[in-house]
Amino acid sequence: MADEKEIKWTGVKDMPPMAVSLGSMRVNKTGNWRNLRPVIDYEKCIYCFICWKFCPEPSIDIEAAQISERVDKKPVINLNYCKGCGICAEECPVKCIEMVKEEI
Amino acid sequence: MRSVIMGNHALSYGAKLSRAQVIAAYPITPQTEVVELLSQLCANGDMKAKFIKVESEHSAMAASMGASATGARAFTATSSQGLALMHEVLHWAAGARLPIVMGNINRAFGPPWSIWTEQNDSIAQRDTGWLQIYASSNQEVLDSIIQSYKVAEKISLPIMVILDAFVLSHTYEVVDIPEQSIVDKYLPPLEMEYKLDWKNPHAFGGLTKPDWYYELRYQIEEAQEQAKKLIVDTGKEFKEMFGREYGLVEEYKMDDAEIVLISSSTIASTLHVVIDELREQGKKVGLLRIRVFRPFPSEELRKILKGRKKVAVIDRNISFGHEGAFFTETKAALFNEKDHPPIFGFIAGLGGRDVTPDVLKDIFNIVETTEWPEKDIYWIGVKL
Repeated sequence: MADEKEIKWTGVKDMPPMAVSLGSMRVNKTGNWRNLRPVIDYEKCIYCFICWKFCPEPSIDIEAAQISERVDKKPVINLNYCKGCGICAEECPVKCIEMVKEEI
Repeated sequence: MRSVIMGNHALSYGAKLSRAQVIAAYPITPQTEVVELLSQLCANGDMKAKFIKVESEHSAMAASMGASATGARAFTATSSQGLALMHEVLHWAAGARLPIVMGNINRAFGPPWSIWTEQNDSIAQRDTGWLQIYASSNQEVLDSIIQSYKVAEKISLPIMVILDAFVLSHTYEVVDIPEQSIVDKYLPPLEMEYKLDWKNPHAFGGLTKPDWYYELRYQIEEAQEQAKKLIVDTGKEFKEMFGREYGLVEEYKMDDAEIVLISSSTIASTLHVVIDELREQGKKVGLLRIRVFRPFPSEELRKILKGRKKVAVIDRNISFGHEGAFFTETKAALFNEKDHPPIFGFIAGLGGRDVTPDVLKDIFNIVETTEWPEKDIYWIGVKL
């Protein structure tokens, strides 16, 4: 497997000659492409996990959480990789995901 | 082994001797017999290579790229419209830094349909990042393929070896086909640092933002620059093993030449004869053949043309609305030199019109009798 190392170079001298992924995305984050951030309103969320199914990245994690007697997990946006495409907000059946503008 | 072969087959044997592992080609016009022979060699087991028949030249280059990206030595060949159809992927091959070698037979674009020689097809690809070598004999065609793999694989850029349609491609000449064992010593198997490998997976060519794209382009330019020395050095190494040497340019009777005729490909071959004749008449004239067009040997041209009285460039190509490409580049190379000689530009032989010794003597007469170019460009032999 590709090395899990952070890729950094200073210029032409030490960079590879073509665009090539050299390290694992586990350490090389891609979330900085995003200009809209999804924010889940857990009050309205029905925990159907449709957002998790549709996320193309996939950057919606499932975390353990005792929401009710029957529900023991919740969707959490992984902002390290979320590109802000808004598919989760579009697909959410109760419209509990809001796309908020990223501030620099 | 000395054999009498045509230029097309010089390309094929070059690819065979280089142990090309994948050949992807579209076999229909404007293709020539290059891949016909290669497909036979693959089919009867003389060549241990995968021959992929594809549905277009675009796919031929795409398949060559796929093969090359896995670390295999890839070869293809095409011509005119076929090369034009490859255009989009030619940029990709260079940008991906794949050491593919391709033969291109210079054929004129349609319409009207033509299968005869003209350089517009390859000249139209000069900004793709590919190196371009224009050969002037069948021996040079074969040798250039072997040399090209050596250079391409060192600088990670693709190379086009180019020859004139019919005048070379379908003309039979004596060619020394070297022993495989010697070629193997000259050209070791391809080792690529970055390649498609399921044991060490990478993604290639991903979206690169302006913060690093610019540097990747600079690296291509650096590699092109590096190629100039490499072509000369590997050419010397080639001479030691095979007895023949080729560099960026070829000089013929240049020592005391006051008038220099510059050309490429087979027009330059014919110029040898013309220069011999003119020399017998006491004319101080020499030939400078530009063999490598990309990278362009500006430095060499400046050095060689310093102090000459007149220079003429004969182009078998035309950038419509302007002039010939070799002329443009030669002028550009000399522009910042103080007291550079006048440079005359000639168009000749488009669409395969014969450029005979008489045509070239006419050109010499114009240059000899004209003090400074009176026209931006001279068209030779047009029936007005």
